[in-house]
Amino acid sequence: MARNTSRLGCALAAFALLTPLAACGSGDDGGPPKLNLYQFPVENMQTVIDNCNQAAAGRYEIVYQVLPRAADDQRVQMVRRLAAEDDSMDILGLDVTWTQEFASADWIREFTGADKTEVEQGTLAGPLASATYEGKLFAAPNNTNVQLLWYRKSLVPAPPKTWDEMIQQALQLKSQGKPYRILTMGAQYEGLVVLFNTLVATAGGRVVSDDGKTAVMDAGATRALQQMRTLATAGVTSPSFSNQIEDDVRLAFQNGDGAFELNWPFVYPSMQNDAPEVAQDTGWARFPALDANTPSKVTIGGSNLAVSAFSKHPDLAFEAVKCLRNAANQKYLAINAGQPPSIESVYAEPEMAEAYPMRDAILDELKDAVPRPLTPAYQNVSTVVSERLSPPASIDPAADTGGLKQAIQDAIDSKGVLP
Amino acid sequence: MSIGSTTPGAAAAGEQTREQVRPERATRRKKPLSEGKRQERRLGWLLCAPAAFVMVAVTAYPILYSFWLSLQRYDLKFPDEREFVWFENYVTVLGNGYWWSAFGVTMLITVVSVVIELVLGMGLALIMHRTLIGRGLVRTSALIPYGIVTVVAAFSWRYAWTPGTGYLANLVSPEGAPLTERASALAIIIGAEIWKTTPFMALLLMAGLALVPDDLLKAASMDGASAWQRFVRVMLPVMKPAILVALLFRTLDALRVFDNIYVLTAGANNTSSVSMIAYNNLIRGLNLGIGSTMSVLIFLTVAIIAFVFVKLFGTAAPGSDDGSKR
Repeated sequence: MARNTSRLGCALAAFALLTPLAACGSGDDGGPPKLNLYQFPVENMQTVIDNCNQAAAGRYEIVYQVLPRAADDQRVQMVRRLAAEDDSMDILGLDVTWTQEFASADWIREFTGADKTEVEQGTLAGPLASATYEGKLFAAPNNTNVQLLWYRKSLVPAPPKTWDEMIQQALQLKSQGKPYRILTMGAQYEGLVVLFNTLVATAGGRVVSDDGKTAVMDAGATRALQQMRTLATAGVTSPSFSNQIEDDVRLAFQNGDGAFELNWPFVYPSMQNDAPEVAQDTGWARFPALDANTPSKVTIGGSNLAVSAFSKHPDLAFEAVKCLRNAANQKYLAINAGQPPSIESVYAEPEMAEAYPMRDAILDELKDAVPRPLTPAYQNVSTVVSERLSPPASIDPAADTGGLKQAIQDAIDSKGVLP
Repeated sequence: MSIGSTTPGAAAAGEQTREQVRPERATRRKKPLSEGKRQERRLGWLLCAPAAFVMVAVTAYPILYSFWLSLQRYDLKFPDEREFVWFENYVTVLGNGYWWSAFGVTMLITVVSVVIELVLGMGLALIMHRTLIGRGLVRTSALIPYGIVTVVAAFSWRYAWTPGTGYLANLVSPEGAPLTERASALAIIIGAEIWKTTPFMALLLMAGLALVPDDLLKAASMDGASAWQRFVRVMLPVMKPAILVALLFRTLDALRVFDNIYVLTAGANNTSSVSMIAYNNLIRGLNLGIGSTMSVLIFLTVAIIAFVFVKLFGTAAPGSDDGSKR
């Protein structure tokens, strides 16, 4: 009797162990091939997926595997699976800065022929550059993003064209006892690197060479560092400037704590909901420049869609990517998930006017926006840059230009140690 | 991380074998083993073999593989540029400020937390040992922090110290954010470690307390020894093996501190430990060469500390005669 029970126990244990395997194995038999889309959480994404599945008419079925919210966690999860050559990943939703890294690691497939032509058709140049590595297209730009200058119309009669002008206006407001602060992201993280990259590009400088293999850090970079220090030491920022990320900045401006805000467009809809009277008084303009005659060049954000090198159905995955990012779906997500489109014609759609009153300013910036350094080692470059530039008030422009050049070169050569 | 956790066990096992082998050698010199004895020994080895094989498979292989990786430039981002570079990675890591900062932080956390844990753990062990009423309740409640998953506990500490959501942050420093400054963040990490592992220390020490014969204490008190004298002159010497084992386990554990830092600060403001920095380079940086170099260095540190404890202080399993010999 006892023997029988133990045998039964064994059988049950074996069954319990095998069931999940069997469940995995049976994923592909019966029904259309499943394409797993690994992407960060996007509101209303399921509607877009359903649209594509319907359009595919049974040729494939996209399944949305939602990644964690934090960018670092998303990347770590994908990287671990890809390093193990996991063939259950088909379509990857990548932050623009990961595309080169994944391409260099041979984890994603190149877009060629008709796929490439279709993706390039009508797509803005900036986002397209972010999806390119060594002259080849490795991903399809999905959504894009640029920061704008937001200002209080009642305090600032005309939006400033340059940083100097903005700081002057802020100091003037301060002396009048009115809200005066310039609010933007200064914490030690990616946001600080975005500001740095924007300023370097606006100054006509370079951080890394075009081929991504050499650290440059020229005079433009020094100029950018000077501007960052000036901003941090002029007495116009929030006391917690060196600790603020996007959401802190959004909340501070919404609470009437500042006259200027440099931030992504997501701040506007949330302001309309949470602080309508501030939203009424808020205007937007192009990101300030360094001198009045050269317009600013801002850093591109957003995400790309790529096809995993280990996918069992690459052809179907390419087809699905083209559907997920087509003009209709981009328009839907622009309106329902707050993601600015990467296809230019979508901006002209009539429904966009209501959801994106600032669309002309966005499009204007997007026309000559710049990507972050296009190197596979970007993640490491970004870590050392944010570490060196934090807190911004203690930047030493001359010394940091040289120090950063060395640190960035080490990162590119895999010799850099990450903190 | 399995590297560190197996080392103390392996060291203890090695110690035990030495203990067992020594008398056997003595017997052998006297007369050859009988047939039955030899059979028994063979059976003993055969019975050990599967366990030994599994140990080698799960510990030796990863250790050797990390060492092999640490001699290469191997970055998953640049698969084509993989090459053998001998000890170049060691030069890079050992010449790097971040590594030494992390090393210093790790040593600080280890020394401070283990010392405080020893004192508090001893107190807790005495209380648990002496309790007459509700013994089970006292012991259970003392062990609760140790029973909580570290990450869960770390999150509760993080929220407690975050301005706005946390009672401790609002109470202690209503103006600042203690987790964003180096000194206060380190103090919080150490506090969380102590809170979490003092019960473990107390548990090990209580095992040592059980070794102290009551008669010895009674005799000492008959001779006029005060309570303090009985503690220092009688209990501590008898407990020494248990204390050393507790110290060894906790030191090696504290040296590998990761979860608390990962959750509380994620290594911001120079609060990374060596495990944290190895994780950042391996998993986030995808740099297998540099990351493995760090793992090997951590392994060496653990090995040296275990060696010092075992060889110089004579740490052994409590109850074995190694301690009383000295």
